[in-house]
Amino acid sequence: MSVSRRHFLQTAAATAGAAAFGAPAFAEDAILVGSLHDLSGGLDIYGKPMVDVLTFAIEEANAGGGLLGRQVKLINYDTQSNMQLYTQFAQQAALKDKVAVVHGGITSASREVIRPVLDKFKTLYFYNTQYEGGVCDRNQFDTGVTPAQTVEKLVPYAMKKWGKKVYVVAADYNYGQITSQWVKKYATENGGEVAAIDFFPLDVTNFASTISKIQAAKPDFVWSALVGGAHISFYRQWAAAGMAKSIPMASTTFGVGNEQIVLNPDECNGMLVCYNYFQGVKNPANTAFLERFHKRFGADYPNVTELAMGTYQGFQLWADAVKKAGSADRLKVIDALETGISIDAPSGKVTIDPPTHHCILDVHIAEVKDRKFDLLEDFPQQKPADTAAVCDLKKNPNDNQQYIIKF
Amino acid sequence: MDLVALLAIQVLYAIASLALISVGLAIIFGMMKVINLAHGEFLMLGGYAAIEANRYGINIWIAMLVVAPLVVGAIGAIVERTIIRWLYGRMIDTMLATWGLSLFLVGLTTAVFGNTTVGLSAPLGSFEIGSYRVSAYTLFVIAVAFVTLGGVLAMLRFTRLGLVARGAMQNANMAAALGVNPNRVYSVTFAAGAALTGLAGGVLAPVSGVFPTIGVAYVAKSFITVIGGGAAIVTGTATASALFGAVNQLATYATTPVFGEVALLAAAIVLIRLLPQGITGRFFRRSL
Repeated sequence: MSVSRRHFLQTAAATAGAAAFGAPAFAEDAILVGSLHDLSGGLDIYGKPMVDVLTFAIEEANAGGGLLGRQVKLINYDTQSNMQLYTQFAQQAALKDKVAVVHGGITSASREVIRPVLDKFKTLYFYNTQYEGGVCDRNQFDTGVTPAQTVEKLVPYAMKKWGKKVYVVAADYNYGQITSQWVKKYATENGGEVAAIDFFPLDVTNFASTISKIQAAKPDFVWSALVGGAHISFYRQWAAAGMAKSIPMASTTFGVGNEQIVLNPDECNGMLVCYNYFQGVKNPANTAFLERFHKRFGADYPNVTELAMGTYQGFQLWADAVKKAGSADRLKVIDALETGISIDAPSGKVTIDPPTHHCILDVHIAEVKDRKFDLLEDFPQQKPADTAAVCDLKKNPNDNQQYIIKF
Repeated sequence: MDLVALLAIQVLYAIASLALISVGLAIIFGMMKVINLAHGEFLMLGGYAAIEANRYGINIWIAMLVVAPLVVGAIGAIVERTIIRWLYGRMIDTMLATWGLSLFLVGLTTAVFGNTTVGLSAPLGSFEIGSYRVSAYTLFVIAVAFVTLGGVLAMLRFTRLGLVARGAMQNANMAAALGVNPNRVYSVTFAAGAALTGLAGGVLAPVSGVFPTIGVAYVAKSFITVIGGGAAIVTGTATASALFGAVNQLATYATTPVFGEVALLAAAIVLIRLLPQGITGRFFRRSL
């Protein structure tokens, strides 16, 4: 059989046309979810559980038929605890991969790196970490707890238990700087005092001089807002100096990287923390979640952390909003979220607070005990009052900044 | 008074830990002129060796003081035979090769041990100085640093091995003419430097914890100390550690750890400006 030149060109053109036509149809099949988390470097103690849970949530969604009849696909970028990679991958997610939403950012520093990028390129952003509060940005939703929800509860609790004088040690970037100011505010308001606030860059591992300064100041308790793998040595050196038994400690960060498992029980037993989620929270949604999660990741999975649960809940809120909007389009999803969407999450009821884009949720005070957390007191349905005091996206939808607490 | 005693211990500790992390590099860089950018990773491997050995039930002291140097020494010997020996006298190439090695070791340990911080609890408990409590382990680290520096000095000064090593480093051809095999001497010296680095990693593991990228926190300080110290291995390391450790710790105490680090770096810049050959380039010139 002979093929004429004309016939060949016609067929080839038709095939090429079909291919060009077909490609976008295939790409549209899946809804893409970008994940920017540190899976290596000093912050991976936080990032790994977050990505595990996000993977799990997406697998669950797909097993249930996906969203709007489409599969959900996770595109995972390992930011390697490196701020430059945050910029680079945020751009890649928004421009090259064109994801429908980005979940991620762990430290407040990394959030402030990617927030403007995702604003600029109009990509919806979920920040799922507990943080210092105050971010006011219509493109961003914050599913983690903020100081008015946690520090406000924990400071008076610790002061009642131990005394009025607190010494603060904190990581040296916006999170630690701002959170320590909140600790100071609540300590002062409750009639206490802050002896001193010390800041440490994330790679500091020698805390000897600080420990003797703390001993000289003789506080009733120490408040830790330390972050990352290197800072774990503070707790070790503190215990090695025999201080764990004489001066108690409260923290806004301890345990979110599973420090309670890494350290020996006698190095950290009795420490007080306050978060939205602990594995021991008792409700049917949590029992069911843990059963499914352990089936997927093994019964010996160390612990589902506060940040991991924030990520799970962030994804669920977004998924519900997509269903409600009937579209993964950014503005339609934001509108749906701003109706005050609410889910029955493992940590309890979680509702988006429309004016601040933060969440109304339960918090609990707990105590470290033998590598686990013992729940001591529950505070149901706490509002993000700190951010609400400065931010109203209903009135000023174009507001776009992080407010910082001032005295 | 208590505070002065406490501060003295901490200054000594800062000096001791600087000396410990630097002495292995001083041998490798100072004697052999090999810029080992994987030095921080050798420290990290020492930490992992001690922690893993301890996890498998080996006594913590043996794990830190015997297993860690042996393991890292063996790794050093392998590295010297496979990578370094082809590159003697080619400083830039060695830097590139050891930098690659450092990335490789970080990747390998991440794959094997995962990227989480592991650690040991420091043994020995604590003791009191007046109203202050200090970890007794601090004193142990100071003692190890003294013994290590003393041991290296004795080794170089009084043993045949030390003499041969010094001779081979100064003039390899002459040493060869006198019946010494310089290749073997290089190999042993590099392994010895690696072993001391492993010892430091093991001894410091309970203090700082270990994770694959912890080398970064050490490597710059080690190089600053060795270069600040100059040509003499033991005296240089000791004097530079004493200077930088004291500056760092006193500044840390007066202000914050951030300014402590800044003060250390500032002191290093001033020192290198005034004494480009390091401390022992001007003082103690005939020391080891």
